[in-house]
Amino acid sequence: MKRAARLVIFYTCLIGLWALLAQLKIWPAYLFPTPWGVAQELYDGFSDHSYWIAIAVSMRRVLIGYTISVVAGMILGLGVASNKFLEETMGGLLVSLQSLPSICWWPLALLWFGLNQNAILFVVIMGSLLSVTLAMEDGRKQMPKIYGMAGRNLGARGFQLFWHVLLPASLPFIVSGLKQGWAFAWRSLITAEMLYVSLGLGQVLMMGRETSNMNAVIAVMILIIALGYIVDGLIFKSMERHLQHKWGLTPAT
Amino acid sequence: MSSNIQNAAGPIPIPVDPRSTARAAGPRGKLGPASVGRSLPGISPEIAKVGLSEICLSYRTQSGERLLALDHINLEVKPGEFLCVVGPSGCGKSTLLHLIAGLHQQTSGQVLVDGKPVEGPGTDRILIFQELGLFPWLTVGQNVEFGMKMKGVSKAGRAEKTRYYLRLVHLSQFKDSYIHQLSGGMRQRVALARALATEPDVLLMDEPFAALDAQTRDLLHDELERIWAETGRTIIFVTHNVREAIRLGDRVVLLTFRPGRVKREFLIDLPRPRVLEDVHVAHAARAILDELREEINRSLEVEYSVGVRPHVVPGAEP
Repeated sequence: MKRAARLVIFYTCLIGLWALLAQLKIWPAYLFPTPWGVAQELYDGFSDHSYWIAIAVSMRRVLIGYTISVVAGMILGLGVASNKFLEETMGGLLVSLQSLPSICWWPLALLWFGLNQNAILFVVIMGSLLSVTLAMEDGRKQMPKIYGMAGRNLGARGFQLFWHVLLPASLPFIVSGLKQGWAFAWRSLITAEMLYVSLGLGQVLMMGRETSNMNAVIAVMILIIALGYIVDGLIFKSMERHLQHKWGLTPAT
Repeated sequence: MSSNIQNAAGPIPIPVDPRSTARAAGPRGKLGPASVGRSLPGISPEIAKVGLSEICLSYRTQSGERLLALDHINLEVKPGEFLCVVGPSGCGKSTLLHLIAGLHQQTSGQVLVDGKPVEGPGTDRILIFQELGLFPWLTVGQNVEFGMKMKGVSKAGRAEKTRYYLRLVHLSQFKDSYIHQLSGGMRQRVALARALATEPDVLLMDEPFAALDAQTRDLLHDELERIWAETGRTIIFVTHNVREAIRLGDRVVLLTFRPGRVKREFLIDLPRPRVLEDVHVAHAARAILDELREEINRSLEVEYSVGVRPHVVPGAEP
């Protein structure tokens, strides 16, 4: 309750400061929008359904891209972790590739897939795949060996061993990587959407720019932050809590 | 030496070199019928449940030299027998269990179960690891049914057996708890139930009670003995605690320090249930400890090869 009260006070002050600065009219309104302008924009956007559509389109893309990244990343990470040759060769390449912003793939993606949804998905996957792969590789190595041995000892083989033992055993070690992968996927998506008439949130933001509607730009920025935060809070936080409860790990404070 | 403990070789002293012991018909063959402690009705002593023949294991250390860990181990374990293996730390006794479990591969020699060579892990031999290896992401009940699930036992069958084995180890109320919520002794019992639930013929136990307090250990000794009597499993139990070995075993095998060889076998035919503090147990332990102490001193010499050479105080349990 106290925490909630502190949050309310903090955001009230923040918006109050914003309102005050806007009210002082140091900058013209088209450069520095007011809170109520943005609120009106949000209200309009939702009531004419354009924001709902943009959110649905963007979420659908990021879900597809992220799911592919997680599945492929886990397989790739597991492979790299369990093969010395791959670890020495691919391992270093993967780490260096991670310093490349995924939007750098955009020109190639356009050539390979054309100006369509697949190009965006490709950029999203390139953004999050590496995080998941590296997290999985790391998790597989950090995971105590005893679990794999115990699993084999109790008759688990091949896919059974992966699904029932190696995957759950490495989850606490990869959950932060999964989270990071999600953040990268979300950012890559918005970036890619801004470059192309895509119906997603990124494009709505760019439309705000093109029509010099700073209210819309800020409204969409708030939406992007809120969605990222909600997914993090709802999915990853509860996943972490769940794991901590099962494993008896105390939550990091 | 107490009359209750007999050297498996009878009055004839065992040659120091275990290889020559092994080549002479194997340990069982040397036993007169009078020296067999607990008779196992209906089972011919010729059929070994687990047979180790000429097992050698060597591996490369980080500095690149080859280290011989196990040297021509020959051992036969009868069906339903409770065999204890003792030896100083580093003698390869845990490794021996891993080989029987099929988790590691020996360099040469053969592990036979029911006369068939072991190729990889199998649910007929379940190992209880020293660190237990219970799955923290599963509840107690799910841990116990894990092996059955892998085998493809139906849900109803699993539930019934899980209930049975949890009752056997007195953990029925903790079916839905997670592992971290249990005490050390309870975790041991979960590991035991999980191993038993796959219904293995052979139970391999790697110093399972080493980390427990004395009271809990006494309790688990009683329970293990009861479960062994109820289920008739063959148990190979590794420990560094000689009294524990005598408390539980039909036979105690002493391994030498690096490379691990069978130094001696002792037949324990004290009446069951035995009590750790019992004078006969202490007496029997003394005989084995004397032999073990030599090996421990050798291991200390190797480990403290530079500088002082501490010796084990006579009479102290390792």
